[in-house]
Parts: sequence; C-alpha cells; structure tokens
Amino acid sequence: MIEVPALLPALPEIILAIGALALLMLGVFTGEKSLRTVSALAVLLLLAAAAAVLPGYRDTVVTFGGMFVSDSFGGFCKILILLGSALSIIISVDYLERENLKRFEYPVLIVLATLGMLMMVSSNDLIALYIGLETQSLALYVMAAFSRDSARSTEAGLKYFVLGALSSGMLLYGSSLIYGFTGGTSFSLIAAAVSGSGPVPIGVLLGLVFVMAGLAFKVSAVPFHMWTPDVYEGAPTPVTAFFAVAPKIAAMALLVRTMFGAFPEISDQWQQILVFLSIASMVVGAVFAIVQTNIKRLMAYSSIGHVGYALMGVATGTPDGVKSVLVYLAIYLAMNVGAFALIIAMRRKDGATESIADLAGLSRTRPAMAFALAIFMFSLAGIPPLAGFFGKFYVFIAAIEANLTFLAVIGALASAVSAFYYLRIVKVMYFDEPADAFDVNTGRGITAVATVSALVTLLFFVFPAPIVGAAAYAAQSLFQ
Amino acid sequence: MQGLLAEYLPILLFLGVATAFSLIMIGAAVLVARQNPDPAKLAAYECGFDAFGDSRGQFDVRFYLVAILFIIFDLEVAFLFPWAISLGGIGLFGFWSMMIFLGVLTVGFVYEWKKGALEWE
Amino acid sequence: MILQTITFYLFAAITIAAGFMVIAARNPVHSVLYLILAFFTSAGLFVLIGAEFIAMILVIVYVGAVAVLFLFVVMMLDINFTELRQGFLQYLPIGGLIGLALLIELIMVVGVWQFGPEVAGHAIPQATTNGMTNTEALGNIIYTQYVYAFQAAGVILLIAMIGAIVLTHRTRPGVKKQRISSQVYRDPKTTIEVKKIKPGQGI
Repeated sequence: MIEVPALLPALPEIILAIGALALLMLGVFTGEKSLRTVSALAVLLLLAAAAAVLPGYRDTVVTFGGMFVSDSFGGFCKILILLGSALSIIISVDYLERENLKRFEYPVLIVLATLGMLMMVSSNDLIALYIGLETQSLALYVMAAFSRDSARSTEAGLKYFVLGALSSGMLLYGSSLIYGFTGGTSFSLIAAAVSGSGPVPIGVLLGLVFVMAGLAFKVSAVPFHMWTPDVYEGAPTPVTAFFAVAPKIAAMALLVRTMFGAFPEISDQWQQILVFLSIASMVVGAVFAIVQTNIKRLMAYSSIGHVGYALMGVATGTPDGVKSVLVYLAIYLAMNVGAFALIIAMRRKDGATESIADLAGLSRTRPAMAFALAIFMFSLAGIPPLAGFFGKFYVFIAAIEANLTFLAVIGALASAVSAFYYLRIVKVMYFDEPADAFDVNTGRGITAVATVSALVTLLFFVFPAPIVGAAAYAAQSLFQ
Repeated sequence: MQGLLAEYLPILLFLGVATAFSLIMIGAAVLVARQNPDPAKLAAYECGFDAFGDSRGQFDVRFYLVAILFIIFDLEVAFLFPWAISLGGIGLFGFWSMMIFLGVLTVGFVYEWKKGALEWE
Repeated sequence: MILQTITFYLFAAITIAAGFMVIAARNPVHSVLYLILAFFTSAGLFVLIGAEFIAMILVIVYVGAVAVLFLFVVMMLDINFTELRQGFLQYLPIGGLIGLALLIELIMVVGVWQFGPEVAGHAIPQATTNGMTNTEALGNIIYTQYVYAFQAAGVILLIAMIGAIVLTHRTRPGVKKQRISSQVYRDPKTTIEVKKIKPGQGI
C-alpha cells in the first residue's frame, strides 16, 4: 500500500486551490455581474488561507516526498503574500468597474497566482520550484494583458510572457545541469552533494548561475530588469499594484529558499553574484527613475531599487541578513500597497491618469491624499522615522556585520540619489500650481487600504518588535 | 534496453527507406526531367487568372482558442495512459489522485462550456 | 550497439540542423516545419535512451498539437516578415556575443564533464527497470510519489484554459442560436393568440 503524504502542512495551498475552483464556478454561473461578490469571497479566501498558515507556523515539516516544506520562514512570507494579494483585490474592484474590465476572472486569477506563490515559497525541490513558478507566472502573464482591447496592455502581456519564458528556460537549463552533476532535484540532496570537500563541479556552478539568472528575472534585479518598466506601465494599474507586491515577495523568498536550502555550503559562490545584482539594481533603480514622467514607470524603477536593497540582505548569507530581508519585505508591502492604492485613485472625469505632472498641487485639491502619498514617498526614500527607514536600516546593519560595508555604503549613496525623485513628487504635490482636481469619489476600499498602510508606515517605529521578532524567528528556521 | 530498441528497428528501417525513396524521387525529377521554367509556368494556378493577393490570409483568433483548448485536453489525456497501465499497482491513492486531477480540469471544462468558448457562433 | 550509436548521431545532427533552420529560415511557415522535424528527431533520441513515453508524447502533443498551434499563430500574424528581419543585422553583434558566451560556457561544462561523486556511486537513473515498460515505470510514481507536481500541473492547465478564454474569447452580439430547451418548452397557449374575426372586418 502506498502511503498518502501528509496534507496538513499544505493546508493553505489546498484551501486556495479548492477555493479558486469554487469561485470560478460561482462566477461563471452568476455571469459577468459577479465581480464584486467573487472579489469579496476571494479576499475572505485569502484571509482564510492566511489563518491556515498559523497553526503550523512553528514547525518545520517536509511532505510530498520531500518536495514541499512548511516552516516559519515560509509561514512568514506566505502571510505577507496573502495579505498583499487580498489588499490588491480590495483596491482593484472600483477601477475595474470604471474601466469596463468587469470580469470575475480577475480575482480568480489573483487567487491562482497566489497559490503559485505559496508553492514557490514552500518549494524544497527543483521540480516543485519550477511548477510553483509557472503556476504564478502563467496567471501573471494573463493579468498583464487583462485589458485586452488596449494595445499597451497586450504589449505588456506579450513582453512579459516572452521574456518570462526565456527566463524559465534559463532556470530549467540550470536545473538540468544541477540535476546532472549532483544526481538529485531535492534541495537536501543537492546540499549534500555540494557540501563535500574538494572543488564544486563547474557544472553545478554553471547550473547555479543559470538558476540565479532565472530567479533574478522574476525579482526583476538588474541586469534582468528590462521588462519591468514596460510591463508596469502597460498593465492596468491594479495589476501593476499586484505585480509590485506579492510576486516580488514570493520570488525573493524563493531565491532565499533556493540559496539557503540547496547551496548553503557554497555561499561564497553565490554571494558574489548577489552582491553584483544588488549593487546594479540599487544604482539603476536610483538613476533611471529620475527621468521618468509616468508614475507607474517611476514605481517600476523604484521597485527595482528596492529589490537591490533586499538582495543585499540575502547576499550576507547570515540569519541576520535573512531577518532583515523579511522585515524589508513586510515594510515594502505596506508602503507599496498604499502608494499604489493612491495611484489607482488618480483619476479625473475623463479617465485614469498616470503622469507625475497630474499630481501638481494635490495638497490644495486633495490634502489628505497628498499627505498620505507624501508619507509613502518619504518612506520609500527611507527617511526616518518612517517604516522605510527601518527596512533599510536592518539591511545595512546586516551587511556591515557580514563585512560587506562597501555594499552598505553604495546602498546609502543610492538611497540618497533615489530620495531626489521621491521628494520631487512631494514637491510637485505641495509647491506646484494645482492641475485639475481628481475625481472625489475614490472608493471605500482604496481609502481604507491607503489609510491603514499610511498608519502602519507612519507608526512602525512605535511597535517594530512584533514584526522584527517574527522575522528573526522565521529566519532561524532556515538555519537549523 | 536492447530488446526495446530492437522493437523499434522496423520503424527505423521504414524511416530510412521512406527518406531514401523520396530523395530518389526528387533527385530523379531534378536529374532526368527537362527543366525549362518561365514565369507563367511558375505562377500559382488560380483558375486561369493572374494570382491576386497573398495566399496567406489572416486567421480568426477563434481558431487559436480552439487549438489551445485542444492542447490542454490532449495533455490531460496523455496523463491517462501511464495511469491506466499502472492502476493495479498504485491502488486507491493513485486512483483518487487522477480523479482530483480530472476534477480540476472538469471544472475548467464547465467554465469553458458556460462561457461559450466551445461554440463557434 | 553500433547501429544505436549511428542512429544517435544521425538524429542529433538532424535535430541541431533543424533547430538552426528554425531561426534561419526566411519564411516563418518553414520555420515551423523545421521545428516539427526537430520534434520528430528529438522523439527518436528519447526512444534511444528508452524513454518511450516522452517520445510518444513529443509526437502526439508537440507535433500533433503545439506545432499546429504555432502554424495558426504564424498565420494569424499579418505582418511583413522581410521588414521584420531588417533589424537583424543591427542586433547581430550583441546577439552573437551572448551566443558566444553561452557556447563557451557549454564547452566549459563539456570539458569537465564528470558526474558528481554521489551520482558516480549510484547507477544513473534508468528509463526502464527490469521487466517494466517505461510508461508503467512512470505511472508507478507520477500519481503517488509525485502527486504534488501532478496536481499542480492540473492547476497550471486550468490557468492556461482560463487565460486563453479571458484573452481571446468574445461573445458576438446578434448571433442567433438554437436554445433547445426553450424551443421545446414553447407552448401554443403563450405564443399563439386566436382571434375571432368576423368577415369583412379587420383586426
């Protein structure tokens, strides 16, 4: 008799999978009007999955023949991802209704993409890694082209798909090399195979490089970032908001999981690659954002820069580094969801706008919105005492402790450069002559999400302990 | 292993013979037949008219939808073959594993049907 | 054994040549046809290592369905392909450089080709185990040992289905269709009104 694997560790994934099927059926049987119902249920579903993460949070359990691991590192990232997805559904609905994109598939695709992300975070095997990544990516490609009558949106979808397929190809090629030279796809087998004395086979190294290239594409680290500005600009704004948060967290967690799970003994080999990716991302993210006039493109370069800081934490290879990455991702989630909620709210009578110039004089026409956006911009720039500062602070500390002081210095410099364009937005909002006012009717979901995330960003310094403590605990689970 | 490959020998031979035969035919036509092309002979035959327009017109995107749905179910069926062979050995777990897989795709099928993606007009 | 080696090199050479022609052919339809040739010869290579199932799947799914889909896509595009190729020379240097880098890396791998110490100890995974066909050997593990990947593959197929419909399906307005049930349930009492008309009068 063949033993049935333990299903309980994968409970959040199972909930999402069954829930997505149910939502799909509900949507198709109630017709196109059901966007609101399906969205509300999808949010509940994501929260239920987040609740299902909690019971197994403290234990490290491996199931499905070693392909799937559930531990507190995964738990932490899963909760972040589920929150990010739920919030991005909440801020999307109004926009979709107004832009005539009222299709119930949207929340279903978000749930399915989130399922893929959870699988990525929990992967403990090259096959599981690839399958999780594809589940996520396929749903994201469709979402990028969701506004299918818009040439920009379909172009974004196509670009994302072609480049994503290329990166998946690199990842697979690297995986096959690793499998060929170590004899296993399971992370523990690979770790055992490369831990012995003597030089690491060059095939494994090459495979590692290819796998890292594929993963760097998914987190959009320089030099694999080219798709990001175009896709962010072309995709419908709520989709961009989703792209900027949950998939980034998932891909970063997957990178951490792969590096620390499969190649812990040869960290000196991948650290140098990560150091390069980190520096390049921080610099490119800071410099190229300066010339942008479209706020979505600006946020794209901003996210590239932020990925650079997070990669710095991974590059340290220490538990403190991982902890700092997790804290960074949590703060990044709060800042970006809030900022994007306000970007979605940028609309006039004649439709949505995305240019920075449209924000001119926002402080006079919509003071609350301007204040909230200013908070997010200050926080993204890393100005104390806002949350963004603490994110960078922990990463820099971890880098300095791991003898990567030069990396921290470059990070601080890039941060100073990037402050320029974040503050420029604040300047446009507070000191320029007012442009036409935005539509007052923002929608309750957007207002609520923006308010809550502004409060979290503003008051993080009062109660950092729970998040930092949870992150430290989660990071430890990778080093047992 | 050798036994397995021996089973494929007839196919290999067949491929070899087919390739050789077609090469001989084409080669013979090139070598033996008299070649005296002129523009009228080389033009596409279109009921005596001069050919107008490119023969490659645009297809409706609906063909693509049908083709991709076909591929998906093709893959689904491909998974059934090994399952059918080993069902005796993999027991109830294997059975239900496939049932869940089919269930997921049946949900997709119902979705397609209700959406009207299977209807042509 | 010698026949096996010859066949391998023959198929491998054709695969590479066809792969090259896929990108070199001027007409995209020819590219797809070369792709089909590459699929066929790859199937032959799979048979040579005993992976019958994959070989047959390659023929059924890739040649039978994916290649047809590619043909559809090529035919759906209404673009001038000679114009499309004009940038080719411009990008050739950088593309060639990247290709060269990949080639050098590949040669490096081949140059130091040796299996990892852990693998050298074990036997290399075999496509067929004693007295069992390749398909059966796969069937014994796909649905049980690899159930996670198997179910996830089902979800990926579902996403592909949803994606294809979301992106391409449109309901056309004004199309008249048969609605069998409403047609059958049509009742004379509700649809026909009988009026008595006296001669010489209108309605």
